[in-house]
Amino acid sequence: METKMNRPITHRPNVGSAERGISLAAGLAMFSYILTRRPDAKISIPLGLEAGYMIYRGATGNCVFYRMLEINRAEHGIYAKRSVTISLPREQLYRIWRNFENLPRFMNHLQRVDVDEATGGTRSHWVSRAPLGREVQWEAEMTEERENEFIAWRSLPGSTVQSLGSVRFEDAPAGRGTIVTVEMEYNPPAGSMGAAFAKLFGEEPSQQLRDDLRHFKQMMETGEVPSVEGQPSGRSKEFGRSIPERQRQEDLVEEASAESFPASDPPAWISGRKNRKRVTS
Amino acid sequence: MKAVCWNGRNNVTVEDVPDPKLINPRDAIVRVTSTAICGSDLHLYDGYVPSMMKGDILGHEFMGEVVEVGSGVKNLNVGDRVIVPFPIACGNCYFCKNGLWALCDNSNPNAHLAETMYGHSPAGIFGYSHLTGGYAGGQAEYVRVPFADVGPFKIENGFRDEQVLFLTDVFPTGYMAAENGNIQPGDVVAVWGCGPVGQLAIQSAWTFNPSRVIAIDRYPERLAMAEKYGRAETINYEGVDVVETLKQMTGGMGPDVCIDAVGMEAHKHGLEGYYDRAKQAVRIETDRPYVLRECIQACRKGGTISLAGVYGGFVDTIPMGAAFNKGLTLKMGQTHVHRYLQPLFAMIESGQIDPSFIVTHIFPLEDAPDAYEIFKHKVDGCVKVVMKPD
Repeated sequence: METKMNRPITHRPNVGSAERGISLAAGLAMFSYILTRRPDAKISIPLGLEAGYMIYRGATGNCVFYRMLEINRAEHGIYAKRSVTISLPREQLYRIWRNFENLPRFMNHLQRVDVDEATGGTRSHWVSRAPLGREVQWEAEMTEERENEFIAWRSLPGSTVQSLGSVRFEDAPAGRGTIVTVEMEYNPPAGSMGAAFAKLFGEEPSQQLRDDLRHFKQMMETGEVPSVEGQPSGRSKEFGRSIPERQRQEDLVEEASAESFPASDPPAWISGRKNRKRVTS
Repeated sequence: MKAVCWNGRNNVTVEDVPDPKLINPRDAIVRVTSTAICGSDLHLYDGYVPSMMKGDILGHEFMGEVVEVGSGVKNLNVGDRVIVPFPIACGNCYFCKNGLWALCDNSNPNAHLAETMYGHSPAGIFGYSHLTGGYAGGQAEYVRVPFADVGPFKIENGFRDEQVLFLTDVFPTGYMAAENGNIQPGDVVAVWGCGPVGQLAIQSAWTFNPSRVIAIDRYPERLAMAEKYGRAETINYEGVDVVETLKQMTGGMGPDVCIDAVGMEAHKHGLEGYYDRAKQAVRIETDRPYVLRECIQACRKGGTISLAGVYGGFVDTIPMGAAFNKGLTLKMGQTHVHRYLQPLFAMIESGQIDPSFIVTHIFPLEDAPDAYEIFKHKVDGCVKVVMKPD
């Protein structure tokens, strides 16, 4: 399946489909005007150029002006781009990333990646978590690799989930280490499995990527990912340690934070109690 | 084990909770021998710090004995007596490497929450809300210490707990307040707040050779303590205009260095007091900045304001024009405790400063609910409470 996914990220469409239709129609209309009315050269040459550009814009979905203005109105799947500065040399970070089997150690949605050594590590099998204990799998291949600088990968044509990603390693200024920039895109399949997969990333996929990159940084800089999972509290009796419970507890922390901002509401924040009653202690 | 849990505003209880376990390789478990209630714990107690949850274990000033170490901790042994800095720092990131330990990039598991509120996340802190990590605190029999190869500072026997316990927070905090004030020999230093941090800021200020230190509070016993141990001149702000008084005391110049050792829950009489309390009550502002306002008004032109008292959210009506046109320098932040452990311990060792003079009350841990009330209301001349889990 040859799709837009196979092109480098910078050459993919940035015009929405409705707008592409309008561009195409306008271009053809201008072109037919020139052909039927035959205006003089002062009008027909610029109009002809404009018509040609509109037809190109409509047909390919590429708009050079949008690109210059960094506007992207193309409908795409789950897309995110984030950077993080890690105080380690490029080589060290590149080495870890080059082996995709390491990615699930810090990427929350990935369960497992198996690299096919026979291909020199360029082909791999990815298994991603999906809600309700399901999983989504696809095959991927490395499409570009510049040592200690850049790695790009994409899913193979025909995969359930179309995915595209790249990571760039650049020296940070003043000896601060390396700036790691990751760009990822997923086009989940239609249907319930696709919807479930999309749900993994929530409404803010870039936040997911930000957390993943933070975990990568923590893992690389400190050798571990800080956690308070399983520590005691006065709630210990209420919370088990199973994964759904853990997720629930994380959600509770999020909710408590949002609900208690800008300050803890007396007498205490309690889950789901939107209309808090004041209780005297 | 027994632990002091936060249940809501003005409500802490001692609960039976599971013992802490090692979670990460660089963790250690410490059996707590002494733990103090910090003035900033009162901000939690009073419900002014966001993202607290019922059941959170409090406490960030504690010391004790190492009882278990993770596989990644090579510099500690079971049986070591340690004090533990209140900020949790990894020692590996840009900030730790540059001595900005309280700004560690890696120690806050809830960094995304803090980023939403502050733009970036500060370090994790023991027992100080989920915004700074949701780490279980040290007002308990046992506590898990992350990055234990970096934070804990070994204390050889020969010092009482009360002499070294305050290296965890209030002594370095007072010292950093003085250091941030950029005190020059002969300067006049004014310190707002004569609680534990204020007392130790006064002590620390003298190490920079100012000519005078002026202390401001309204509790006679705290002012007396500042006079007796800190050789400070004092102003009781009840019924006097602090800014005018400071001006008169300094020949019209104003203090060169103003230290705010009060923070977000300052107290003020009169209209201004009601103004901020009303706004705080309806959550238009979270912090009451009287002391900061007074510092800006009082400070000598071109002088420095150093904030040691904690601010958590938003303040209103800061006289920015005064601060700008008087060319003031403002310095602030959570204390980079790790940076000060060695030099301040040396001061204690040499007998130059003995911070234990601030301790007025010692309770068993079981009495935490009473201890919080006594400390909050400054009953019975209370300045600093130490609790013993035994």
